[in-house]
Amino acid sequence: MNAAHGVQSLAWILVALPALSAAVLLLAGKKADRWGHLLGAGVPVVLFIYAVVLFFSLKGDSGEGGGRERNLHLFSWIPVGGFQVDAGFLIDPLSLTFVLLITGVGSLIHIYAVGYMAHDPGRRRFFGYFNLFVAAMLLLVLGNSYLSLYVGWEGVGLASYLLIGYYYDRPEAATAAKKAFIANRVGDVGLSVAIMLMFAYFGTTSYDGVFTSVGGASTGVATAIALMLLLGACGKSGQFPLQTWLPDAMAGPTPVSALIHAATMVTAGVYLIARSRLIFNHTEAARTVVVIIGAITLLYGCICAFGQDDLKKVLAYSTVSQIGYMFLAVGLGPGVYAIGIIHLLGHGFFKAALFLSAGSVMHAMNDRIDMRRFGALWKVMPITFGVFVCGWLAIIGFPGATGFFTKDKIIEAAFDKGGTSGYLLGIVALLGAGLTAAYMTRALVMTFFGKKRWEDDVHPHEASPVMTIPMMILGALALVGGFLLIVGAGVQHWLTPSVGGSVEEGAHTISPVVLSLITIVVVALGVAGAYLTTREVPAVQPIGVSPITTAARRNLYADAFNEAVLMRPGQWLTRGLVFLDNRGIDGVVNGLAAGLGGGSSRLKRTQTGFVRSYALTMLVGTVIVVVTLLASRYV
Amino acid sequence: MHNVALIVLIAIPLVGSVAVFSLPAGRDLLAKQIALAASVATLIYAAVLAIDFKNNGPRFQFNGSWVWIKDFGVHFALGVDGIAMVLILMSALLVPAVILSSWNSVDTVEDAEAIDQPKRSPKTFFGLVLLLEVFMLAVFAATDIFLFYVVFEAMLVPMYFIIGLFGGPRRQYAAMKFFLYSLLGGLLMLASVIGLYVTSGTGSFAFGDMIGKVPSGPSQNLLFLGFFIAFAIKAPLVPFHTWLPDAGAEAPVGGSILLVGVLDKVGTFGFIRYCLPLFPDASKTFAPTILILSVIGILYAAFLAMGQRDMKRLVAYTSVAHFGFIGIGIFAFTSQGGTGAVLYMVNHGLSTGALFMVVGFLIVRGKSRLVADYGGTAKVTPKLGGVFLLAGLSALALPGMSTFVSEFLVLVGTFTRHKGLAVLATTGIILAALYVLQLYQRTMQGTMLAKVAKFRDLSARELLAIGPLIGLIIVLGVYPKPLTDMINPAVKATLSDIHKTDPPPKSPNVRTESGR
Repeated sequence: MNAAHGVQSLAWILVALPALSAAVLLLAGKKADRWGHLLGAGVPVVLFIYAVVLFFSLKGDSGEGGGRERNLHLFSWIPVGGFQVDAGFLIDPLSLTFVLLITGVGSLIHIYAVGYMAHDPGRRRFFGYFNLFVAAMLLLVLGNSYLSLYVGWEGVGLASYLLIGYYYDRPEAATAAKKAFIANRVGDVGLSVAIMLMFAYFGTTSYDGVFTSVGGASTGVATAIALMLLLGACGKSGQFPLQTWLPDAMAGPTPVSALIHAATMVTAGVYLIARSRLIFNHTEAARTVVVIIGAITLLYGCICAFGQDDLKKVLAYSTVSQIGYMFLAVGLGPGVYAIGIIHLLGHGFFKAALFLSAGSVMHAMNDRIDMRRFGALWKVMPITFGVFVCGWLAIIGFPGATGFFTKDKIIEAAFDKGGTSGYLLGIVALLGAGLTAAYMTRALVMTFFGKKRWEDDVHPHEASPVMTIPMMILGALALVGGFLLIVGAGVQHWLTPSVGGSVEEGAHTISPVVLSLITIVVVALGVAGAYLTTREVPAVQPIGVSPITTAARRNLYADAFNEAVLMRPGQWLTRGLVFLDNRGIDGVVNGLAAGLGGGSSRLKRTQTGFVRSYALTMLVGTVIVVVTLLASRYV
Repeated sequence: MHNVALIVLIAIPLVGSVAVFSLPAGRDLLAKQIALAASVATLIYAAVLAIDFKNNGPRFQFNGSWVWIKDFGVHFALGVDGIAMVLILMSALLVPAVILSSWNSVDTVEDAEAIDQPKRSPKTFFGLVLLLEVFMLAVFAATDIFLFYVVFEAMLVPMYFIIGLFGGPRRQYAAMKFFLYSLLGGLLMLASVIGLYVTSGTGSFAFGDMIGKVPSGPSQNLLFLGFFIAFAIKAPLVPFHTWLPDAGAEAPVGGSILLVGVLDKVGTFGFIRYCLPLFPDASKTFAPTILILSVIGILYAAFLAMGQRDMKRLVAYTSVAHFGFIGIGIFAFTSQGGTGAVLYMVNHGLSTGALFMVVGFLIVRGKSRLVADYGGTAKVTPKLGGVFLLAGLSALALPGMSTFVSEFLVLVGTFTRHKGLAVLATTGIILAALYVLQLYQRTMQGTMLAKVAKFRDLSARELLAIGPLIGLIIVLGVYPKPLTDMINPAVKATLSDIHKTDPPPKSPNVRTESGR
């Protein structure tokens, strides 16, 4: 691998600059309130410009040997014996693609947040956390070893914790933040064990070293590492069985939901698997588990989304489900990694557009987010409505919009896996497309159409240009982004050095044209079904609904399960152990002490006598030493 | 060999202590100023020594040895290896931080309203802290085992008075318990020191002369156990831990920081400095038991920390869990585990010091140690909320902070030999997140309690006390190399004393890592 040169060797500013600006924003006093948001929003824009320059620099390098992978060594981080970890970056098509997504979509959302947070007294703190997130996310994708990925991984977790709990005086926000952190920590155990396995078997944690050695490892080792990485990925990406934190994370401000809990951070699990493709390629078993998790989560998210009346929660479950699609794609293995990444990029555009328009609605409705209290908003908020429709077209896969190109590819790849499992996965993916169309249509209709259901004290209005301009850019990207991503297979070719080439054309189970038509029919049925059933929306959630609806409202009892199986027993165990420690171990010791000291109460009473007895013991001890030494010398 | 460098190091706080004690009653401000000046001077001097320390030089440096009790070959011998050097630095850093953070808080009982409480003498407190520093530095610098024993015991005296005179409502009970436990440990250690002298037959107590001199077999096992239990009580490892929550909770916060941050480290320092090199075969014999006890400690103490209602007891239990990590790191017998464990000792001093300090800041404002007496505090005291969170994150070993480097080294060093135990220990990171974030949520977030509304935010003095600890935790998380380079040769020497080398990578197709 070649060393980074020229403009590439400046890549450390991608992490250093936002980290520095986060520190400035968080440490500066109130006097920085006037310009803090400008600094905070300016930094990702500067980084995006640099990332574009970096892109052309790397693209221009293609002729030289070593392909498009550049190593930037920074310093020796943890050197202990055989454990040598360097701080350094890997600049390659995969990491650079993420850098462009993070800084590009990140810039738009930062600018939007200037308007969205304008009336919040803590706006400077918000931008401090936001920049901290950018620094950590860029470190996550740029690090050249699993251990530096881990630092970024946990850094984004911290930023996510801080931002979910941004309104920390609201108990539910603080609880949601904690829940997110804990679920991620469960995943971190997996990531930690994976890294330990790498060191124990390969003697290194760098991508370069691990990927070179993994070919010679047994399948068992590769499977163990892959499954542990997968556990980490499930925690970060809100996948089954660690998915319940993500919908709760909507307690944070909406720009956070858009950037962190939709477009970038939660896709880190997909990045991890794609980055580790050489490990996953080596183990059929682990890939099967990835695919199963993707399929389960995909359907889970769709079903739960139907039960939600909170617009942001619908979008959150939709994120859970869409990342399920990406897991399905990267789990299908060689040839499909690039498709997973392309859907990830497309999802970044359309989900950000959807969230930002949801934020705009929320802003207009005095921070209310219950869709049963919306309705008929298309007239008063035309721009927001337009952007939301762009996102809606993209996510349901309307012909020509982003999802049509990116999601349908995944459905196609699932069928192409072949055999019964291929059909099964394909049908799940297809069913998911129909359900996605249905719940998104339900959200669209409940929010923008029908009768007005909001109270008289609410005066909805369109947001200011600082919010609507980024929204419109993302709306446009949601519409045409998918086409741009697949036209001429440009992105696929660009990604090939990092994630391997594409599958051979002509090996399809079902011809792509036929499958596209089937998908369009399924989606149309979903849209029509949802439209027909949401024409009348009660302003209060109806009770006495079907068991399925109840289950969907209560996220298929995942929280109830965790509470019954993990939380309650954990609390009982804690109480039992506290009792044991106080009465058991300590009781025995106190009894012993009382026996030895002739009653603890007496010792307590005579504090000075106590010191005297201590001095006496010291004296006796010294006498014993002297006598023994003398004895040993003369005996 | 009469290098007086370390004598000077010990003399600075000693002179300061004598000066503070000899002030007339009532000169409290002057006493504080002298104490601060002496401790800062000690820190600067210790830093100069560390810069002068040659990482690739002899194992022990700045050696000085003076005959003390000629007939028994007892010397007043001092010297430091990399392990002792970093622990001396950590101790020297904590003392000024403790003095600054305790500036106004030892005049009265910290955690109760000052009604019916006798007036206390801050002068005595600061004199005792400096005296304690003398012993803390000497215990790490001693290279004569008899001298080590004497200082090990002498350390108890100032700490006993700090708890007994300046502690909370149950201070006398806690001080007694601390004393009885330490007494038991001290007696065991005394017996073993004598036994070591007899069995080694060297006619000297010099540490360097003793290595490899104890024949393996039952006598080595017994001597090992004597030292080990003494250190395990001090550290403390589960099940020898029950004195710590009481002592840590009842001591004034400054005392708790030094007790948990430094005094307990003498126990884990003893494991790696004395138990391993002196009793290599016994160490290997007992290692499986100790590893299992340590892992139990990590999980058990974490659950207990979650169940505490008293913030200081909670922090004390987190430390018991952390000592479990240090325990597995040392007894895994790998360079990563050993270096990680020593680095863990340093980081734990900084991190727990910071955590006790923020809890202390809260207690000074709210006059209660109970978690339930606080809520939504960050709203009125954002600076306190910020440092509270940072201290908490360092306790849960967030990657990017120094505590992560040491915890991961310990885990990875253990994993290469004992996979199952390392994985179990790794689940401790979930529990750590639970107890830290639960404490933070209950005290700092959520609905604000009425009594919290009039809290002041941190003063400049308080920020000055905690800022360097937090800053160092972050800097050493990004660039731990100066410390690992200092520790690693000493750990390697220890491992060669017990004839252990790191297990090589297991996969056959491995490239050499040299030069990368």
